[in-house]
Amino acid sequence: MAAVTGPAGALRTKPPTPPRGRRGHRTDALGSSGRRITPWLFLLAPVGLLLVFTYVPVANMVWYSFTSWDGLDPVKEPVGWQNYVEIFTRPEIFRVFLVSLYYLAGAMLQLVLALYFATVLSFNTRFRTWFKGIIFFPYLINGVAIGLVFLYFFRPGGTLDALLATLGVAEPPLWLGDPSIVNVSLAATSVWRYMGLNFVLFLGAIQSIPSELYEAADLDGANAWQKFRFIIAPGIKRITGLSVVLAVAGALSAFEIPFVMTGGANGSETFVIQTINTAFTFSKVGLASAMALVLLVIVLIISWVQRRLFPDDGGELV
Amino acid sequence: MAKRHILSVTSVTSVAAATALLLGACSGGSDDGAGDGDEPSGSITVLTNRTDIVDTVLQDYVAEFQQTYPDVDVEFEAITDYEGDMTVRLNSGDYGDVLLVPNTVDADQLSTFFEPLGTVDELGEKYRFIHEKSYDGQVYGLATFGTALGYVLNKPVWEKAGVTEPPTTPQDFVAALEAIKDTSPDATPYYTNYADGWPLTQWQSNQGSIDGPEAVNMRTEQDAPWTEGEEQYAIDSLLFDVVAAGVSEKDPTTTNWEESKNLIGSGQVGSMVLGSWAVTQMQDAAEAAGAAREDIGFWPMPWQTDGAFHSTVSGDYKIAVSKNSENKEAAEAWLYWFLDESGFAASQGGIAPQVDGQTPETLADFETYGVEEVEIAPAPEGEESLLSDIYNAAEIDLNGDQFRREYVDIARGAADGSKESYFADLNARWAEARAEVVG
Repeated sequence: MAAVTGPAGALRTKPPTPPRGRRGHRTDALGSSGRRITPWLFLLAPVGLLLVFTYVPVANMVWYSFTSWDGLDPVKEPVGWQNYVEIFTRPEIFRVFLVSLYYLAGAMLQLVLALYFATVLSFNTRFRTWFKGIIFFPYLINGVAIGLVFLYFFRPGGTLDALLATLGVAEPPLWLGDPSIVNVSLAATSVWRYMGLNFVLFLGAIQSIPSELYEAADLDGANAWQKFRFIIAPGIKRITGLSVVLAVAGALSAFEIPFVMTGGANGSETFVIQTINTAFTFSKVGLASAMALVLLVIVLIISWVQRRLFPDDGGELV
Repeated sequence: MAKRHILSVTSVTSVAAATALLLGACSGGSDDGAGDGDEPSGSITVLTNRTDIVDTVLQDYVAEFQQTYPDVDVEFEAITDYEGDMTVRLNSGDYGDVLLVPNTVDADQLSTFFEPLGTVDELGEKYRFIHEKSYDGQVYGLATFGTALGYVLNKPVWEKAGVTEPPTTPQDFVAALEAIKDTSPDATPYYTNYADGWPLTQWQSNQGSIDGPEAVNMRTEQDAPWTEGEEQYAIDSLLFDVVAAGVSEKDPTTTNWEESKNLIGSGQVGSMVLGSWAVTQMQDAAEAAGAAREDIGFWPMPWQTDGAFHSTVSGDYKIAVSKNSENKEAAEAWLYWFLDESGFAASQGGIAPQVDGQTPETLADFETYGVEEVEIAPAPEGEESLLSDIYNAAEIDLNGDQFRREYVDIARGAADGSKESYFADLNARWAEARAEVVG
C-alpha cells in the first residue's frame, strides 16, 4: 500500500554501510550460533502465547471432540467419529443457522452503511471528527453493557416504545417477546455495535488513496458518484472483501448480544449458544467440541472462498 | 498483501481461540498435602457465590472464627457466575480449600473433587440433607441451610381478590390469579422471571410435593413422566396453564430478577414460585417500598395429598472441602464453624441444617396450614447418576430453564405447538434416552 512505500524510501537515506572490518568483528563476538538464536528469542514470547492460549486449547478441543467427555470426568472415553455423525444426522443442530441469516442480512446492511459514512466523512464534511467519534464509539463499549442497555431499550414501555409513542405509534410490538421480530431486534443491536469497526476499516482504506487521484478526477470534471465508483471502490476492494468475510464469520458465530439479551430463548438461539448449552447444560463437552470444530471448518471454507474471489494481486491503484 | 493476510488469519484464529477457551480447559491436578500439629493453622481460601455479603457479613464471621482459631487466616473468593465458572475450574485442580459443590457434579464424581467428611450414619445423627451430596455411604458436602418450596405472594393483593387461604388445586390457583387480574388490573398476578431463567428452575424443586420422598426414583422408572396423573405433569402443566391463562407478565423476555423483588414488594406482582430463601429478600424489598414486611407471605404449592399440603425441603448449596486442599484441618474447622456457630442459616431465613434446628419465621404460614415437609430420598445404590444420565441424553434440562422457556413460549402463543404436542415430545425424548441409559 501507498503508506508503506513512504517510510521505505526514508530507509534508503540512512548512513552508508559500516566498513567491513567492524562487521566481521561483530560476528566473532556474537558467535554464529548466537546470531541464529537471536530472532527465535524475540519470537519466544508471542509464539509461546499463541501456542499456550490458542493452539494447545484447540488441539485439546480436537481430542475432546472424539470423546464422550462430560466436562468433569477424569476419564475421557474415545468414541471415534460418533459426535460428528450426530451433528450431521440431527437436523435441529443445523436449523439454528437459519437464525444466522438475520445477522447476515444485518451485517450486509452494516457494511453498506459503514461504507456510506466512511465515504461521506472522508471528504470535507462539517463536524466530521465528531461524527467519526459517534459512529466508532459503540464498538468501544463492552458487549454485555450494550446487551443490558438494549434490554431496557426494547422492553414494553421502554425507551423505544416511549419514542414511538411521541410519534403516534399506539401499540408497538413486543420487540423481544414476539418470535417474528426478536431476531431483527437483536441483529439491529449487532449492527449498531459493530458498524464502527467496518467504518474505521473503510475510512483507513479510503484515506490511504493518494489525493492526487482526486485532484486529477476534479480536473477531469468527475462528480462525487464517479469518484466513488472509479477511485474509491476499486481502491478499497481488498478491505471490502475482508469485511465481507468477517461479516459472514461474525454472523455464523453470533453470540454475545443474543446470549446477554435473551439467552437464546424465544427462537433466538444461535449456533454458538447451542454449543455452549450442549457443553455446559447437558454436559456433552465431546459433542460440543465437535460442533465448535465444525463451525471452525465452515469459517475456514468461507475464508478460502473469499481468497479465491478476491485474489492477492488485484485491487492496486498505484 | 501482508496486511490482508494478517487480518484474515486473525478472523479465523479468533473464532478458534474463542471456542477453544470456552471448551478447552485443561485437566490437571495438584498433590495432596496435610496440615500438621494439633491446632489448625495456616491460611485457607473459601469460594462463595455470595458476592453481596463477601465484604460485610462474611468478614464479620472471620473475625468471630478467629477468636476460636486464631492461627487460621481465611481468604474469600466470590464468584458471580458460580455454576458456570466452577465447572471449568474443577478441572484445573485449583478451586480453593472450602467451596460449595456445583450442581453439575454427579454423585459418582464427588470423590474425585471433594474430601469425604464422614459416613452417612455418623453425620446423619447431627445434620439434615446429607443424602444430597453423598455417594457410597460417604458424605462429601453439608447443606449451608435448608429451603422449603412453594410460592411467595403479596398478601394484600391476594386478599383484595378475595383469596385468604392457599388454593388447594391447580384450577383454584389459576382462578385465584384470574381474580387478581380482575381486582388489581395494574398488577401482574404471576411473574415468571423468564429472562433470568434460573427462577424457572425452582419449579422442578417442587418434585416430591405430590409423590412424596420417592418422587425422583419413581420418575427414573417412568417412560412418560409428562402424562396426566404424574407429578412431573402436574408441575409443568401448572406453569403452562398460568401462562396460557394470560395472568403472567406481558413480555416475559424482558423480565428482571432484581426488579421483580421491588414489584412484588410494592404489590405490582402477585406471586412467584420460589424457595423460602427468597422470603427475606422480598420482605426487605417490601419494606424499602414503604409496605409492611408482613405483606409478603409464603404458601405451599396448590395441591394436596391425603388432605394435606406438602412442601419439598432440600438443602441449599452444600459446603465441602477440596480434595486438593493443602490445609484440610483448617478447612474442616471453618466448615463446621460456619455450619454450627456462624448463624448463617438463621440470617438467611433458612431451615437450620442441624437435625434439632429451629423452624424459621419465614415458614410461619406453613405451621398455620399444617404443611408437611418432604425430603427427597436418596437414589438406590448404583443409580445415583441415573437421573442426570437420562436427562442429559434426552437433552431435557429438567433442573434448568430451557425446556420451560420453550413451553412458556408455546403457552403465550409465541411458538407453534400445544401443551399436548410439547409434552408428547418430551415423553418421546425421555423414553428414548431412558432406553439408551438403562440399556
